[in-house]
Amino acid sequence: MSRIWSAGRLTYLALTLTAFLSIFPIYWMFVVASRTSDAMGQVPPPVTPGGSLGANIARLFENTDAYFLTGLINSAIVAGTVTVSVVFFSTLAGFAFAKLRFRGRNALLLVIVATMMVPTQLGVIPLYMLMTKLNWNDRLPAVIVPALVTGFGVFMMRQYAGQAVSTELIEAARMDGCNTARIYFHVVLPALRPAAAVLGLLTFMTTWNDFLWPYAVLNDPENPTVQLSLRALSDGYYQDMSQVFTGTAIATLPLLLVFIVFGRQIIGGIMEGAVKA
Amino acid sequence: MAVQLDARPPVAPAPPRPSRAARLSRFDTRYSPYLYIAPFFLLFGVFGSYPLIYTFWVSLHDWDLLGAEHTFIGFDNYTQLLADPDFWHSVVNTLGIFVISTVPQLLLALWLANLLNRQLRARTTWRMAVLIPNVTSTAAVAIVFAVLFGREFGMINWLLDLVGVDAIDWKANRFAAWTAISAMVDWRWTGYNALIFLAAMQAIPRDLYESASIDGAGRSRQFWSITVPLLKPTIVFAVIISTIGGLQLFTEPRLFNSGTNAIRGGPLRESQTVTMYMFENAFAPHYNFGYGSAIAWLLFALIAVVAAGNVLLLRRLGGGVRKEGD
Repeated sequence: MSRIWSAGRLTYLALTLTAFLSIFPIYWMFVVASRTSDAMGQVPPPVTPGGSLGANIARLFENTDAYFLTGLINSAIVAGTVTVSVVFFSTLAGFAFAKLRFRGRNALLLVIVATMMVPTQLGVIPLYMLMTKLNWNDRLPAVIVPALVTGFGVFMMRQYAGQAVSTELIEAARMDGCNTARIYFHVVLPALRPAAAVLGLLTFMTTWNDFLWPYAVLNDPENPTVQLSLRALSDGYYQDMSQVFTGTAIATLPLLLVFIVFGRQIIGGIMEGAVKA
Repeated sequence: MAVQLDARPPVAPAPPRPSRAARLSRFDTRYSPYLYIAPFFLLFGVFGSYPLIYTFWVSLHDWDLLGAEHTFIGFDNYTQLLADPDFWHSVVNTLGIFVISTVPQLLLALWLANLLNRQLRARTTWRMAVLIPNVTSTAAVAIVFAVLFGREFGMINWLLDLVGVDAIDWKANRFAAWTAISAMVDWRWTGYNALIFLAAMQAIPRDLYESASIDGAGRSRQFWSITVPLLKPTIVFAVIISTIGGLQLFTEPRLFNSGTNAIRGGPLRESQTVTMYMFENAFAPHYNFGYGSAIAWLLFALIAVVAAGNVLLLRRLGGGVRKEGD
């Protein structure tokens, strides 16, 4: 490798600065979450954790503006269900598009790619009206059901299945008398596992993080997702900032844990998707 | 290849009557693919494409939540919108935030990718460090940044004070509010774009750089003459993704503002984006679905126009650097 690729001291300095700027707001969120509310007015601002985290958590969970515990449980239900469903249906359809021959395959795939281009805002109002008709307003199916499939997931699995699933193996399984469903479960799904894991992680994070659609359709303050609890907290009449920051910290924690455990796979997924796009 | 001397068609043995199992298997291979893709099309049909089409129909009506009648009014909502100063105000806000967030974001991402593309110790750790803003909760981050940009006790103003700059009222000044919201967007997305650029950079053959350096091209010359032109497809991709995302901006400006005027983006609509304006009209307080739907369609048109404009601009900028036909 030639000299131009080596990283000098300046490179490390610049990266350290970037990393600091990336991490600081998150770190500071935990600092304020663990302090009393007067931390906000101190000069200079405190940068080390305090001892009030427990008290803040207790106040947060008792706060009847936020219904924070309900929000956490609801978000776990929504993100969990949506993740399982998106991974299952995406691997199924991705397999079909990559490895099975059927009439209209290319046209249908094009439809799926096109769905990825349309902004969600465009459908928000009629979707809201539809939910009213189904009597799902203010209830979790309103946020779960429209998210059960994504064009992105199908497309990603189709790209991956094309190279990861060997056609010979499928043919051999067929010779041995496997029907297509058995082939999916015994040959395809195991081969797709790494990409399915990445899709699952990305889906979980997106769903957990979603704000716009729950904000539109879940208007009952007693039945929020966790992001809506945060909104209720930050819009409150009084501003108990350490309590609000405890909320933001807890709402961010699942995402951070997922990222710390699976960071390598998530980065790999993002970078792989970029090359193919 | 064997030469066929005999012109008669080969005699095929009469096909045996297919067994039940064989017929079942034929049915399986021919039709089961549709079964596998059906869930997507069924669910997307009902909850994705039907609303898209219906939203246009709604936009042609005077469609109030409380009104019993939905009068067909043609394009009246659209003509009314085009003369609505609050709508145009939100368009300017959206475009302003979009421009001052996307341009530095993509330039920074390019620079960061270039740094990450060197031989680094603890490679994965650096990549995780730049991506971490992207995996946080947008709502949480918007709330935290709103506090960082607070007028009285915000850390940004405190830092500015250290270098002798007077406190800025980030929420009350239109341009300042745009800057604060852009800072959130950049914080969240720069690392993500850097990783996308990094992936594309790693696909560039290294001997290109070696021959360039033999020809005497310095590091920055190599960056602008090899890396950037070869990255053009990826840059176009990133620009389009940023356009779609940037023009739909909602969570950050909505939570940057809190209290009674939150959906208006502040008392004087300092940071109200088009999506926020759509929410204000379609849901509380106005519940005017027809007008809201018309805003949604104009937003879609705006995204399409800006995305197309970006692609044309990028094509022009890169003209002559790469050969035609790639």
